[in-house]
Amino acid sequence: MRNCAGYARPSTRSNWRHENRSECIAPVLGRRNVRNWCSLETRHSPFPVGAGCARGRARFSMRIVAILKVAFRALQRNKMRTVLTMLGIIIGVAAVIAMVGIGNGAKAQVEAQIASLGQNVILIFSGSMTRSGIHSGWGSAGTLMVEDADAIRREIPGVQGVSPELRSVAQAAAGNQNWSTQILGESPDYFQLRQWPLADGTSFTEQDVRGANKVAVIGKTTAQQLYGNENPLGQIVRIKNVPFTVVGLLSSKGLSVMGSDQDDVIIMPYTSAMKRVLGVTTLRSINVQAAAPQLLPVIQQQLIGLLRQRHRILPGRDDDFTVRGQQDIADMATAQSKTMTLLLGSIAAISLLVGGIGIMNIMLVSVTERTREIGIRMAVGARGHDILLQFLIEAVTLSAIGGVLGIGLGIGASNLVASKMQWPTLTPMWASAAAFLVSATVGIFFGFYPARKAARLDPIEALRYE
Amino acid sequence: MKSVIQLQDIHKVYHTGEVDVHAVRGVSLEIGPGEFVAIMGASGSGKSTLMNLIGCLDRPTQGRYLLDDTDVSELDRDELADIRNQKIGFVFQGFNLLPRTSALENAELPMLYMHDHLTSRDQRQRALEALETVGLGERSGHHPNQLSGGQQQRVAIARALVNHPALLLADEPTGNLDSQTSIEIMGVFQKLNEQGMTVVMVTHELDIARYTKRNVIMRDGKVVSDTPVADRLKADAELRRLREAQHAVQLAP
Repeated sequence: MRNCAGYARPSTRSNWRHENRSECIAPVLGRRNVRNWCSLETRHSPFPVGAGCARGRARFSMRIVAILKVAFRALQRNKMRTVLTMLGIIIGVAAVIAMVGIGNGAKAQVEAQIASLGQNVILIFSGSMTRSGIHSGWGSAGTLMVEDADAIRREIPGVQGVSPELRSVAQAAAGNQNWSTQILGESPDYFQLRQWPLADGTSFTEQDVRGANKVAVIGKTTAQQLYGNENPLGQIVRIKNVPFTVVGLLSSKGLSVMGSDQDDVIIMPYTSAMKRVLGVTTLRSINVQAAAPQLLPVIQQQLIGLLRQRHRILPGRDDDFTVRGQQDIADMATAQSKTMTLLLGSIAAISLLVGGIGIMNIMLVSVTERTREIGIRMAVGARGHDILLQFLIEAVTLSAIGGVLGIGLGIGASNLVASKMQWPTLTPMWASAAAFLVSATVGIFFGFYPARKAARLDPIEALRYE
Repeated sequence: MKSVIQLQDIHKVYHTGEVDVHAVRGVSLEIGPGEFVAIMGASGSGKSTLMNLIGCLDRPTQGRYLLDDTDVSELDRDELADIRNQKIGFVFQGFNLLPRTSALENAELPMLYMHDHLTSRDQRQRALEALETVGLGERSGHHPNQLSGGQQQRVAIARALVNHPALLLADEPTGNLDSQTSIEIMGVFQKLNEQGMTVVMVTHELDIARYTKRNVIMRDGKVVSDTPVADRLKADAELRRLREAQHAVQLAP
């Protein structure tokens, strides 16, 4: 209200500006032709009379715009200094964004690989016996039997699929080509269990399992090596000199968690593998698929109970098999990426801290340099919080622009890495938003002390400052 | 008639280190509307301190100060800032303009801190009018480093006028100017005063004080003399005389 009286101009010389200033009287609007205040010229130039109380209402946003203009001008004045100050924030934010982007890409990759193991799968490995302190490797002890797999299928409720597994590396030959590849003996459940559909042809059947028929399904890589671009279906592949007919071609599955080529494989009925290729009577492992994820713990317990009973293991003695859930494998992979995230996260945090200190430092310099300006502003009526706001906005502008540049740089870096590693690029929106907020907060946090210092200056001393 | 400034037994003591400096020791002064006062005195006489008190840049240790009928001796920092914004226009010896900022924007500065914010168009218009008032309408886009000392001081006066203050306060306004420009600036003050503006200035130059209407002389923190100016100089006349003299010199062989 106060300055509204500013429009109620004196009509005589003697009472220059001595109306009651706390009043804003309506007739103000009518004083259009009142003689102009203190004009050196004799001409009458009326004041913007429409600008009464209503229009003069505080418009905070406009004030912010005005302060932003001052801040940008101050930052422009020292371009080099501004850029160098921002650099700390830029690097910090870029590190965060790149970390999230690269981490997410890697995580998606690992997740895809783990999903390729199949859903709700429990693996039972033969022989984790410790005899006289010597641990024999998985599968080597030969404790799992085909009958164990049958019993699991028969006796444990909630089991959707069971695939007894044998594994070996053998030389496969077709025509004049030969290729050393992974041989898997499985049941027909295996393809469902591993979520591994056929690209062409058909799977072998229960019939084939019972008859130990010489049929096989082959992976993309093996097909490429043995048959080139020819259609492998119906062709003969000789494994350890036993001829098998190729009935199906698997779709491509890519690399495993460990980095081996999962498509370099020949899959046959486990009976065929036992009798015709490997000549063994025990299984390496059994894949068990639960119908639902919540059944996994129960089934896992029941599996252990059943196998201990079947293997006649006395209470207190070690199992002669190992049960491993898919979750265990996933946990292993995520534990690694967690360590990585923590490491990069702390680097980013330190960088932001250092960047913040840089901002604080430069703002303190700026406050000292502009002490006189602060004095002038205070003399013409700036309150402490006006000065505080001005320097705070300057600091936040500095850090927020640094944040935006850092986000750009970080996204660029993670895209570069992703394209080199052939990962999906994933920089989620929330990461950019959070990085921006954090950098703005850094500006507020580290800008506050210098701004408060400026706001607390004594106007007289600030004006006298040289 | 109401007073613009009413000082009642004002004291100011600075507590610096071990000794207390008693800068102002009981000044009572009344300045009415439309007056044109020069406060004079040697350095250390307390005139600058008194100026800071009158300008609401500082608070008295003791005594009462009514500015435009408002008791400002007990106000806090923020309230004093508002008073400075609304009721006082400052002109300094060193001009104190913001560098790299146009004359217009310098003149707009006090309006940035007004409580009832004006639109930027109104701000611009008011600042332009103030610049025209001091005869700088055409140079509103110039930066301080493109202006002469006299022009810079005119911008400072425009800035002081822009919020329509009750009081124009000038601290050695001619201290950094040559004699002719000093007279020009005094002419600006005289014209403002003729139109009703109350002007108080601090100066140590006797001939500058002769352009005012009333001289207050301070010594050791007290007012020792308070007299109306008898042989008042008119800036217009003095300038004319000066130009004629220069002309004569140029014509002389």
